[in-house]
Amino acid sequence: MTDAIVTATPRRRASVSELNILLVLVAICAVFEMLGWITQGQSFLMNWQRLSIMILQVSVVGIIAIGVTQVIISGGIDLSSGSIVGATAMIAMSLAQASGYERAVYPALTGLPVLIPVAVGLLAGLIAGTINGALIAYTKIPPFIATLGMMVTARGFAKWYTKGQPISFPSDAYAWIGKGMHPVMIFIIVAAIFYVVLKYTRYGKFTYAIGANPQAARVSGINVEKQLVKIYAVAGLLSALAGIVVSSRGLTAQAGMGTMYELDAIAMAVIGGVSLTGGRGTILGTCIGMVIFGVIISGFTFLRLDAYYQEMIKGVIIVAAVVADVYRQKKRSKKA
Amino acid sequence: MLDQAAGRYQGEYILEVDHIVKEFPGVKALDGVELRLRPGSVHALMGENGAGKSTLMKIIAGVYTPDGGEVRFAGQPLAIKTPLDALNSGIAMIHQELNLMNWMTVAENIWIRREPKNRLGLIAHRKMREMTADLFARLNIRLDPDAQVSELTVAQKQMVEIARAVSYNSDVLIMDEPTSAITENEVEHLFAIIRDLKARGIGIVYITHKMNELFEIADEFTVFRDGKYVGTHASKDVTRDDIIRMMVGREITEMFPKVECPIGETVLEVRNLTLPGVFQEVSFSVRSGEILGIAGLVGSKRSNVAEAIFGVHPAPFGDVLIDGRNVQITCPSDAMRHGMAFLTEDRKETGCFLILNCLENIQSALITQGHVKRGFIDQKSVTAKAEEMARLLRVKTPDLLEKVENLSGGNQQKLLIARWLLTNPRILILDEPTRGIDVGAKSEIHRLITNLAVQGVAVVMISSEMPEVLGMSDRIMVMHEGRVSGFLDRAEADQVKIMSLAAQ
Repeated sequence: MTDAIVTATPRRRASVSELNILLVLVAICAVFEMLGWITQGQSFLMNWQRLSIMILQVSVVGIIAIGVTQVIISGGIDLSSGSIVGATAMIAMSLAQASGYERAVYPALTGLPVLIPVAVGLLAGLIAGTINGALIAYTKIPPFIATLGMMVTARGFAKWYTKGQPISFPSDAYAWIGKGMHPVMIFIIVAAIFYVVLKYTRYGKFTYAIGANPQAARVSGINVEKQLVKIYAVAGLLSALAGIVVSSRGLTAQAGMGTMYELDAIAMAVIGGVSLTGGRGTILGTCIGMVIFGVIISGFTFLRLDAYYQEMIKGVIIVAAVVADVYRQKKRSKKA
Repeated sequence: MLDQAAGRYQGEYILEVDHIVKEFPGVKALDGVELRLRPGSVHALMGENGAGKSTLMKIIAGVYTPDGGEVRFAGQPLAIKTPLDALNSGIAMIHQELNLMNWMTVAENIWIRREPKNRLGLIAHRKMREMTADLFARLNIRLDPDAQVSELTVAQKQMVEIARAVSYNSDVLIMDEPTSAITENEVEHLFAIIRDLKARGIGIVYITHKMNELFEIADEFTVFRDGKYVGTHASKDVTRDDIIRMMVGREITEMFPKVECPIGETVLEVRNLTLPGVFQEVSFSVRSGEILGIAGLVGSKRSNVAEAIFGVHPAPFGDVLIDGRNVQITCPSDAMRHGMAFLTEDRKETGCFLILNCLENIQSALITQGHVKRGFIDQKSVTAKAEEMARLLRVKTPDLLEKVENLSGGNQQKLLIARWLLTNPRILILDEPTRGIDVGAKSEIHRLITNLAVQGVAVVMISSEMPEVLGMSDRIMVMHEGRVSGFLDRAEADQVKIMSLAAQ
């Protein structure tokens, strides 16, 4: 072949989006720090206790956000996470009650090894997620609807499970799972695993590919349906993990546990730069988004702002994050 | 590793298609078609839009499953149910629509599903980059493997698709209109790649509309018409007219049925229209009954001028005069009020409402101009008008309640013309009115445009097809990089003069 055609080399684009989000985080911290000195006469950041509580508060939802991140990257959405937290918390706790506890849900099944409630809880989440994925992949209904159905169903299941009664008195081993800073550690492990999975495995590449262009993914030979089922199953699994952690930490499981967690998780991902149109986003971004989320909540508490304001402002922040994403895309398409 | 596999087969035909039948609801897309591809040859597949070329290719590539017939690969019957089956069997395809994943890198797009792994089982990005660089070196493509696909031009994306298809080392490569998005230079490049692949013994099915490409690259060709097999010949045995006859099944004597008609007063005048950074000081005028052709190369900003005049993206400087009076057009409805109509360049993106039916598509402009009774659309009157117009323009569809996405490109374009004619325009701006439309429908649309001019409509027609501009226009305006580079009268215009103005 003789013809060499000069095809211009486009500029390589550094992945600056995480850096941008990090800058946002720094800016928010700076604002709270300043307001702290002005209104409270003390530092916001230079307080280990506050920081550790802050990170502890968001790490359970953070676990869910990791699963939700890959769902959103694939171009979908998962509204069922919070309800799966509730349902799996109930299931796991009912099998984790301390031996000899008379009013146990299953009096014959108290004092089981901790592995059993954990495994059954995770399995329940996996099944719920698989149902989500199968519905989306094979019946082609929108993810919004499929997971909305699961959201209502799983919450109903959680209430039905004990007819609304809370489940308490877990074994020491089960209670150990969510003790102290364990939720944070579990979050870090999960985040690290999925950082690698999304970046360095075919599972990750397929997830991005489907979100970027499902048709292209299909003609590249990817089994799009199978991959979607896996993605939602993993999201269900991580919600179940969050359910176990939260019930262990609270030493109790209630049907209402995890309410609104799905929205907080989606918010963390979106604040972290995961695009709702699919194909873009990283675990690192979601982690930063999670910290931003935590800083804002703990910052408002620190400034003694009313809890009602907090919710309202949370809503504004989520919308602002999506607006920022749309704006970024517009700017890019103009440049192209 | 790129040289293994391909070109092993010694038999006469590497790919044989026998009596393939494919039905879609209401349409028999393929009715017993045939195709025989020799290894080491380029076989062109020709036919009007809707002839079934792409449908057959999608069957071979596993996107659709056939309702009957057989595909044999290297003499063996082939059961392909998914794209993966096709790829595993040694058939790769470049699809007509660009099928790349934005936001992912060039290397990730090429090696998706086949990423190299390191000892830990994780994807080895550096190795993947090297493989991409090797592939590009072999194909003489200069692109950064780490560039994000979303940042590439359409032509660069097409080269990535071609490279990806080649990277499969398949025995059969299907190219569905690979040159529709690339420039002259890149076409040459592509042909060089094709000749190289051919020399390696790979069989290539090449779908195209472009006659000159057929003669330049194809050894044989097969023609389909309306989902039926018409014939196969060696390309050196036939002429251009032979192929056109096979494709349309009738003689097209007059490609451009331009009728000379009296030209009246100036209707639209544009003075020094400027959109900073896009186009500068564009001035021209069109008279009633006149067709003004606008020629220019890609990047000459002709479409931007049309969009500015119609108020889609208004230009801040300069004047637009209608009947000699200065008018302010800040949005399309202003333009419509002044009797303008605008057929956009991309009928799927900015023209049709694809999932709505024909009637709804035709009516959409009409209902912005009245036809409302007590708050409700006067269905009876608009439906009657739309039906009449569809009949007048000979829109071919079993039913006007058919979704527009199921119509061929030519019929979609007719629908759009119908939509605008119902608004009784005095000024009609057409942006690439016959792009991607088959020969038969093309001449019908040309006849329509001419008839409108005869009726006194002032027509502005942007076209990248030289014969169309030359055949249809009374005057030709040529643009170059956002500026008017000259005007040519019908009598003096020829390809050379236009090109020299367009390329400067």
